[in-house]
Amino acid sequence: MDVLLDPFTYPFFVKGLIVATMAGGLCGLIGVFITLRGMSYIGHGLSHAIFGGFAASSIIAVNYYLGAGLWGLASALAINSVTKRRRIGADAAIGVITTASFALGVALLKFYGSKGPSFDAALFGSVLGITYTDMWILAGVAVFAGIVVFLNYRSLLFATFDPDVADVSGVRVARVDALLMLVLSLSILATLTVIGVTLVAATLVVPAVVARMLTNRFSRMLVLSTIIGAVCGFVGMYLSYHLDVPSGTTIVLTGAAVFGAVMLVTGGRRLQRAGHLDTHTA
Amino acid sequence: MTADDRTGRGEELVHLAGVDFGYDHHAVLRGVDLSVCERDFIGVVGPSGSGKTTLLRLLLGTNKPQRGTITRTPGIAVGYVPQLETVNWNFPVTVAECVLMARKQRGLPWPSRTDKADIAAVLDRLGIGHLAHRHIRELSGGQQQRMFIARALLRRPRLLLMDEPTSGVDVASRHDMLHLLTDLHSEGVAILITTHDLNGVASHLPRLVAVHGRIVAEGTPREVITPPVLEETFGAPMQVLEHLGMPVVLDLEGNLTPSGSS
Ligand SMILES: Nc1ncnc2c1ncn2[C@@H]1O[C@H](COP(=O)(O)OP(=O)(O)OP(=O)(O)O)[C@@H](O)[C@H]1O
Ligand SMILES: [Mg+2]
Repeated sequence: MDVLLDPFTYPFFVKGLIVATMAGGLCGLIGVFITLRGMSYIGHGLSHAIFGGFAASSIIAVNYYLGAGLWGLASALAINSVTKRRRIGADAAIGVITTASFALGVALLKFYGSKGPSFDAALFGSVLGITYTDMWILAGVAVFAGIVVFLNYRSLLFATFDPDVADVSGVRVARVDALLMLVLSLSILATLTVIGVTLVAATLVVPAVVARMLTNRFSRMLVLSTIIGAVCGFVGMYLSYHLDVPSGTTIVLTGAAVFGAVMLVTGGRRLQRAGHLDTHTA
Repeated sequence: MTADDRTGRGEELVHLAGVDFGYDHHAVLRGVDLSVCERDFIGVVGPSGSGKTTLLRLLLGTNKPQRGTITRTPGIAVGYVPQLETVNWNFPVTVAECVLMARKQRGLPWPSRTDKADIAAVLDRLGIGHLAHRHIRELSGGQQQRMFIARALLRRPRLLLMDEPTSGVDVASRHDMLHLLTDLHSEGVAILITTHDLNGVASHLPRLVAVHGRIVAEGTPREVITPPVLEETFGAPMQVLEHLGMPVVLDLEGNLTPSGSS
């Protein structure tokens, strides 16, 4: 029994658990809108783009949130303007911009070495690098995201279900979309160190997919996805300690296990419901 | 344009003047002039791909004209019932959640007591009150139409735009739907629907617009359902007979045409 409870005596681990739970819940919440809107490739792209900013800021010893935040904001705006125009090849343009940014980050880190979190931590997430500042920033982002979703629930739902009709029915769709993009960028920024660049998209997608399999009701999907995300964050972080594997990996694997379990219980009958969700994670 | 009052159509709600519209530089509608007035009950007819849905979405405002102007009476609510084929039925919403979208959120996200009562009342009126907590896919085509009518009615629209409200339903449901629309019209809601069904639907409506890339003809069924207009609109010669004062369309072999389901 001691072995199981042992990690709770380390403050860094308790902090890691809190952060992972919040990060998972936050991604679960936002992920519902991201998957229903077919935007998961944007989450994927954004996390990779931010990595470039992360590397650059770690080399010139600028605060991570400042450097990566500005870089991420620039990428988000670029992505947003490209998708707004709905030109053929928008995906391709986003793919090029974000993977180039990622590659640049990798090159910079290999060349100069990181002064901040380690390379592995940035890619796959780590419990070790997390500071109390990180924790409070994540808590702030989570509260902000919760408030945004709470206050704009119907607008977000309408603009996700049918943006054109929402637009002529008094919903300020452009504003709602911009808010969602802001929340997504902040969420990725705040969860990147614990989940890792390569796995953020999966934490956005997996809880939403599982929640979709469990319910046909939107309000329920939102709550379920948040809970599933938080539970996966908690369990994943705990496993990370015992297995000595990067935390992002175990969080995503926990999500995959939950997905498998739901598949088994429902006999796979519900999979087709989730089949229409956008699940671009690689 | 109160001059239109002389025609008994009431005040103008939406007016299209010289409107061109296309998708990605391929023109769909050219030079459209059209008024929809407060006492109108208009049917838009035309073959598949002729631009009926496109015209409806111009009136609604989701398509912006590439040339010409659209004027709308400021502040009026316009209800829209989409063509069922264009809806994402996999989206996770129940009937009640879908209808609630029409209600602007003031404060809390979940429905207030008034919201709940209003939604229950409008669903009951449309005969789908017992389906409120079903997923939107788990309804018949006619019930899905009614759900979107409920969503539109919740905003107390002056104008209701419906895309193919009678396609893919049986004769009895088609009759019920027309009955419902007639009721709404007599309560003062202007109505514009699109339809493929010349004999079952169009010939019963007070006013028709024939569309094929442009407005081919506009007027009463007797003015629009004529061999020259039909040939230009549908691209095939047809004969028109008269039965109980209403035009009946037959193809050259004498079959009723075009059929209501397509
Ligand atoms: N979103 C779109 N993007 C590109 N082309 C489109 C789009 N929507 C419609 N079109 C094209 O515009 C033309 C008119 O389409 P529209 O949907 O208005 O026809 P319709 O009369 O409603 O047909 P139906 O009776 O089949 O519903 C068609 O050629 C169609 O292919
Ligand atoms: Mg159509």
